[in-house]
Amino acid sequence: MLNLIKEYLPNVYNFGWTGDYGWGTAIWQTIYMTFWSGLIGGIMGLVAGVTLVITDENGFAKNKPVFFILDKIVSLFRAIPFIIMLVIALPISRNVFHAGIGPNGALLPLALSLFPFYARQVQAALAEISPGLIEAGLAAGGNFWDLIGIYLKESRSELIRVSTVSIISLIGLTAMAGAIGSGGIGNMAVVLGYQRYYWDVMWLGTFIILLMIFIVQFIGDTLAKRLNHQ
Amino acid sequence: MSEPIIKIKDLSVVYKQKKQTIVAVDDVDLEVEAGDIYGIVGYSGAGKSTLVRTINLLQVPTAGFIEVDGHVLSDNKQLYKGRLLRQARHDIGMIFQHFNLLAESTVVKNVEFALRHSDVNKNDRNKRALELLELVGLSDRANNYPSQLSGGQKQRVAIARALANDPKVLISDEATSALDPKTTRQILDLLKELNQKLGITIVIITHEMQVVKEIANKVAVVQDGKIIERGSTVEIFSNPKEPLTKEFIGVATGINEAIETIKNSKTVQNLSKNQILVELAYKGQSTGEPVINNVYDKYKVSANILFGNVEILNETPIGSLIVVLDGTAPNIKKAIKEFQENKVTVNVLKEGE
Repeated sequence: MLNLIKEYLPNVYNFGWTGDYGWGTAIWQTIYMTFWSGLIGGIMGLVAGVTLVITDENGFAKNKPVFFILDKIVSLFRAIPFIIMLVIALPISRNVFHAGIGPNGALLPLALSLFPFYARQVQAALAEISPGLIEAGLAAGGNFWDLIGIYLKESRSELIRVSTVSIISLIGLTAMAGAIGSGGIGNMAVVLGYQRYYWDVMWLGTFIILLMIFIVQFIGDTLAKRLNHQ
Repeated sequence: MSEPIIKIKDLSVVYKQKKQTIVAVDDVDLEVEAGDIYGIVGYSGAGKSTLVRTINLLQVPTAGFIEVDGHVLSDNKQLYKGRLLRQARHDIGMIFQHFNLLAESTVVKNVEFALRHSDVNKNDRNKRALELLELVGLSDRANNYPSQLSGGQKQRVAIARALANDPKVLISDEATSALDPKTTRQILDLLKELNQKLGITIVIITHEMQVVKEIANKVAVVQDGKIIERGSTVEIFSNPKEPLTKEFIGVATGINEAIETIKNSKTVQNLSKNQILVELAYKGQSTGEPVINNVYDKYKVSANILFGNVEILNETPIGSLIVVLDGTAPNIKKAIKEFQENKVTVNVLKEGE
């Protein structure tokens, strides 16, 4: 097996598995960036999405100023292209969080890009919930957190679906971040593969990204289906 | 007379939209006594739903006084809020037209939801929920999801949920409007049974007089945000005053339809000079027939019955006959007088030419 790789994909073989430019390291970096920025941006987006739904005109905690401001913030961040977000956020990453370049340096721009995207998706998912369910919750004496619970539980299948879409889009963003030096598979495919004419490296990088996306999609679809009782 | 459990005074709900104000509820007074099944009837948009939803403050009133079982939920600008409101809501169960069950929770979890803030110990909630499901006849479906149930079963789950905290009042917002006639009857029977067994007061909103006829002992008719007529069901059915009330009752008893059909029939189209088409309405045991016999014996006025309908409301029969009276003009006049003396309301529909 290794001999085959050595013979037909010599550049792929030369990078090895471990080491700064190894395949294992790159895969790990991509997973690391996706996980942490997904967690941070995801929580921010979830909170923003839920807040937008409950504070809007028909929400149970209607609040015009909060809705207005949050809605504008989300729109603003949503409008910044990721490649520009990268360069804007880089100095903040470096000076405030003391994260150099590499995977850690990309977490802030990744999270900030995911947050508005995910917030809008959550908002759309929760908007599907019938207002009648919230009324029933109120009539049964439910409090604020009970009502939030109704929103999240009733839309869980849809939330998983939009999370899947968001994670996939996030993996795509990590590849872009990789191109400006944060490591990961994107770095492998673009900087070490494409720019050095190591076509085998570029193609394997592409293949690994595709594989990751398929796995995420499969897990998401399965979960969404299993948790749906509508 | 017992003390009213729901007291509503000078209640108004006004919506302000950009340029116009909409008065959904217009200065309404309403008292419901403990143990009543109170029907609120009106067309959609009449404001009946808005009115009744103020009872548990799902709808915040613009002004007015609302007291339910000792909780003064609204006294003009002073409203129940927070924990106080949530506790008051435990005394007011509610069921809805579209059931509003949690699709991602099992039947028993749906009922347990209402027990979250109750005094029932956490470990006993499941047991309590199962008891409630037993009460509505659904204990075998406890672990199903709502999507696996029929409409009638879903409404039963909703009823079990509404009863979880032993409420004093149950509000039914068009709860049978999405159900077929047979299921409607079963749900109404269940509500009636709960009313008798638990003594729970029920306020039922509907656009069908049929529903009121089936279970309510009192009824209020709502139009343009106002209660235009109210009283005991027997009173209203036997002697409706407002045109809208008459219309609702006509639809429920089928008499409007009957009158239309009869008016188009040959017999009635060709009424002769000594014939007259009338509706005889009566209440209680003074049923029509002996009177009809009497007028024939006394005045030789015969009555040809074209349509008859008897409703039994709270054990009181309320009858309606559409007949052609046949006799000489002065005798028909006397006959009508005789009917009226016997407490039979006579409503002339068409005179012969």
